[in-house]
Amino acid sequence: MLRRTKTIIALFAVLALIAAACGDDDADTTTTAAPSGIGEGRLIGMAYDVGGRGDLSFNDLAALAWDDGKVTYGYTGSELAPTAGGENREENLRLLVDGGHELIIANGFAFNQNVGRVAQENPEVFFSITDDCALADDFSLLDLENVACVKFAEEQGSFLVGVAAGRTTTSNVIGFIGGVETGLIQKFEAGFVAGVAAANPDAEVLIRYLTQVPDFSGFVSPELGKEAAVAEFEQGADVIYHAAGLSGLGLFEATKEQNDAGNAVWAIGVDADQYNVLAAQAPGLEQYVLTSMLKRVDVGQGTVIKDFLEGNFKKGDNIFDLSVDGVGFSESGGNLSSSLVTEMNSFKQQIISGDIVVPTTP
Amino acid sequence: MNNKWLVPIVAPAVALVFAFAVAALALLLVDVNPLDAYQSMWEFGTTTESLISTVTRALPLYVSALAVAVGFKMGLFNIGVEGQYLIAAPIAAWVGGVVDLPAPLHIGLVLVTAITVGAIWGWIPGELKVRRGVHEVISTIMLNFIAIGLGAYLLINFLQEESDSLTVATPLIGDSGRLPSLNPVLEFFGIEPRAGFELGSFLFIAIILGVIFHLLVTRSRFGFDLRASGVNAPAARASGVDPNKMIVRTMVISGAIAGLVGMERVLGFFHQYTSDFPRLLGFNGIAVALLGRNHPVGMAFGALLFGFMDRSALILDLEGVPREIVTIIQGIVVLAVVIAYEVIARILQRRAVKAAAAATGELAEAT
Repeated sequence: MLRRTKTIIALFAVLALIAAACGDDDADTTTTAAPSGIGEGRLIGMAYDVGGRGDLSFNDLAALAWDDGKVTYGYTGSELAPTAGGENREENLRLLVDGGHELIIANGFAFNQNVGRVAQENPEVFFSITDDCALADDFSLLDLENVACVKFAEEQGSFLVGVAAGRTTTSNVIGFIGGVETGLIQKFEAGFVAGVAAANPDAEVLIRYLTQVPDFSGFVSPELGKEAAVAEFEQGADVIYHAAGLSGLGLFEATKEQNDAGNAVWAIGVDADQYNVLAAQAPGLEQYVLTSMLKRVDVGQGTVIKDFLEGNFKKGDNIFDLSVDGVGFSESGGNLSSSLVTEMNSFKQQIISGDIVVPTTP
Repeated sequence: MNNKWLVPIVAPAVALVFAFAVAALALLLVDVNPLDAYQSMWEFGTTTESLISTVTRALPLYVSALAVAVGFKMGLFNIGVEGQYLIAAPIAAWVGGVVDLPAPLHIGLVLVTAITVGAIWGWIPGELKVRRGVHEVISTIMLNFIAIGLGAYLLINFLQEESDSLTVATPLIGDSGRLPSLNPVLEFFGIEPRAGFELGSFLFIAIILGVIFHLLVTRSRFGFDLRASGVNAPAARASGVDPNKMIVRTMVISGAIAGLVGMERVLGFFHQYTSDFPRLLGFNGIAVALLGRNHPVGMAFGALLFGFMDRSALILDLEGVPREIVTIIQGIVVLAVVIAYEVIARILQRRAVKAAAAATGELAEAT
């Protein structure tokens, strides 16, 4: 318990850092001026997906938006995380509905069936689901008036870090580690592979997934992540990108061990700016993080919270791509050379302008 | 007091009190008032919606416990219920999703598919034990991994329905293949749960399974051979029971029941097999079987207890109490109940020995 408390305290420190780092970012919608107190006396609930607060990536970013909003707007509310298997997601949503929450954030695509049912039964409650809301039972969530779908162009951000990997590798072997082989994680893979190919057509990308559906432990198993990373390093990879949630910690450990043994290799983080996260959480690992693909769940959900409180709730797709800095890459640690950053930004402009269309499936 | 009832009632009660006491200590360590925590669990757990949820949670656990208990009765440890239901559920759900039949046939076909797949998966370790001497604990654990991997492979490559959704799922089962809700019956009695809480008619299937289990074990030739093999294998063998045949048959029956573990969720709730299908029901069934001493009524209480604790634990998160405390209680209950049974059985045995000694002493004096 003490460890957990410590973790949470440390986490807040990290989040504060990230928030501070983002403060001067003009795309950061969570901190744009809004009439403070607009949320006084209102309840906004948070339903995390597996891992909950403290996963150092996906859920923590949603938590960041929610925590920030509490300070900025003055609302209150409860947060719930499901069991490791995730089978009580729907019950958590219902508990939040019963608790009188007006807007409930369902942080993860696995919620789509559950949100579909609960949102239909409670038309007066609003829901915002992260990542996907294509289908629930026989109908599309897009048809519901009270459901917002926060989606990200992960393939675009992954493309850019793929460019970084392609330019950085000397062995021309690059690794990818996916947590669980789902359509969502395949988007990361597809974009990354395309980015590598654009920057360095001679490089080969090794693809590994830790677990298969319905086993979602691939997102929470650092030991599996480490195994996969070691295997890819042994196959000659010198840059590895992970889209594996908490399992990515295994990649960072393996990267450090390789560097300690004299092999210069890099890891690429995902979702959060993992250089900053590691610097606070596991100092000593962060210096091998080349860059991180930023998936700004905080921007996405923060925007929905703001819109909702201002009475501008937007049902259906709310898409966050490169053009609104919903995805991107981090430069923390200074491991990207300025010429590489320039090149990545030029690719970014080409993607925004539509000159490059990044594939979403491998 | 009638000794026959002493063990099954006193032992679990003692174990339960002990478990809650230990968990209370753990709660005190994290600065939570255990009485407050238990009170909010009780208040939340006894609402109409929670009671429905308790029964719903108990149903798969009960079926799982029945599957484990069949093996236990003859000393076979089927640790493979987990794999047996996780391979049966996706295949049965897929069959239900691609056919269209009149209601009873549709549901029947799904159930028969689940039973068949489970039975086949249970047959493998039985056959391995008989032919190659592989211990069933080893082979069923290994087969769990294979079942989970194979299930995922089948789901992704053959059974899943193409859709825009990121969740992976089999095609939806049509209305004729869905078990009806018992809520209209509840409403008849004036109980009107809020939307989203449905008492499923899988309840009847579970009760029927419990009755069949009871008849099979206590009233059939097979059941007699089963218990005889469990109590004294050499004696059973000497009296003409073929142990190899018994092992294979028992594993097949255990697997067949295990195949039904996932059907409450498939036919009554998801109407498909999805990537977030509940897991660990097979392992928790072992705990419930231990708790209920392989007795069909005892296991029903055990399953309901676990269901109640799982449901009422949900409120703890909202109150900022670590929900894991309930996992601790569940673990200690199982451990404590096994010890309590053993202790009480020994006390009774000692008493019986004393009584017998006294009786023979009186007899000697009389002659």
